[in-house]
Amino acid sequence: MTAVMNQTASREFSRIHGVGSFRPDVIVTNDDVCQWIDSSDEWIQQRTGIVTRARADADTSLLDMAEGAARSALASAGIEASQIGAVIVATVTFPYATPSAASALADRIGATPAPAFDISAACAGYCYGVAQADALVRSGMAEYVLVVGAEKLSDVIDNHERTISFLLGDGAGAVIVGPSDIPGISPSVWGSDGSRWNAIGMTHSQLDLRDAVLQAESSPDGTALVAGTEAQLWPTLRQDGQTVFRWAVWEMAKMAKLALEKAGITAEDLVAFIPHQANMRIIDEMVKQLKVPEKVIVARDIATSGNTSAASIPMAMDNMLKENPELSGGLALQIGFGAGLVFGAQVVVLP
Amino acid sequence: MASNEEILAGLAEIVNEETGLETEAVEMDKSFTEDLDIDSISMMTIVVNAEEKFDVKIPDEEVKNLKTVADAVNFIAGAQA
Repeated sequence: MTAVMNQTASREFSRIHGVGSFRPDVIVTNDDVCQWIDSSDEWIQQRTGIVTRARADADTSLLDMAEGAARSALASAGIEASQIGAVIVATVTFPYATPSAASALADRIGATPAPAFDISAACAGYCYGVAQADALVRSGMAEYVLVVGAEKLSDVIDNHERTISFLLGDGAGAVIVGPSDIPGISPSVWGSDGSRWNAIGMTHSQLDLRDAVLQAESSPDGTALVAGTEAQLWPTLRQDGQTVFRWAVWEMAKMAKLALEKAGITAEDLVAFIPHQANMRIIDEMVKQLKVPEKVIVARDIATSGNTSAASIPMAMDNMLKENPELSGGLALQIGFGAGLVFGAQVVVLP
Repeated sequence: MASNEEILAGLAEIVNEETGLETEAVEMDKSFTEDLDIDSISMMTIVVNAEEKFDVKIPDEEVKNLKTVADAVNFIAGAQA
């Protein structure tokens, strides 16, 4: 007879126990940006809602920011790093394809030997991470999971292009997901649409860069790769703003409604709406499409942080709870969406 | 199916709602960007609202071709036909 083996015993509920963030201290104003692109402070504020963006200096790495956010989330949750059962870092700007940012982070904060891995889901990365953390905690695979969204986007921008670079900032945000007596994270609504893979992304690949470097080594001119284009040799981000805007507002409003429906609540039940901080006009239009009631506090962290991709939602959540501590325990709708295209949304009980 | 005049009037209302421009300013020969100062994001909002109002599909790649009000009116009229 085949022996009966053990399988992990599951838990019923999970929730976010703590949130933290790290904001770098180089403040880039719209006037600074206008040295690089032909624009004005007024135009940028009107078109994007961004007043300043925070960026990291050369000495502050993505890991430094991730560590700052992780330590502040641990303190907020009141747990020790040794209690963490998995470390997930959502990022698209860690400069090594391998090893992961997560394994270095786990070591830095003392969470070793917790399993640690990165996920590449751009501006949806944090919500993807929460979906996985929720599953890990409820399946019994881990008691506490650290989810970090960390980006140093200033490493992959071209200040002179105008589709996306001027929107972007750097930073990190983190949450600790763990067991709960009551439902604290709704069923995740997450997915992808690779038919629009080219809507946001890098100008070219690392292989293209390699070939250009090889060419430079054998001839004086290594710029053939980008000759006749506006691109720099170093791959940087670009987007098709119109396509992304339409998808981000109208398709994502549908996904946000679905997340509310799956949670079994309505927008009336929310205390906060924390969408990815992509552009104030996307946020405003989503609020309109979702008919978010006036009493609901809407995250508008983008005004001073810029778009920080995977970091934007936990950074905005942390900021919101510092300014409005009474929101703790209330329901917040979070939705991330971006390059892939990919999206993820949940309703969460605020820590 | 709406006439070109009806489409123009409907489009002018949508433009007014998005930008606050007077509906009379929305004339056939006007360029959305040059004359009406409508940026790409407002243009997309106008396109989505026009799709709903006129029950047509305006694909992303078509939006770049809608340079003047007449371009939009003609596209919508053609899509309704």
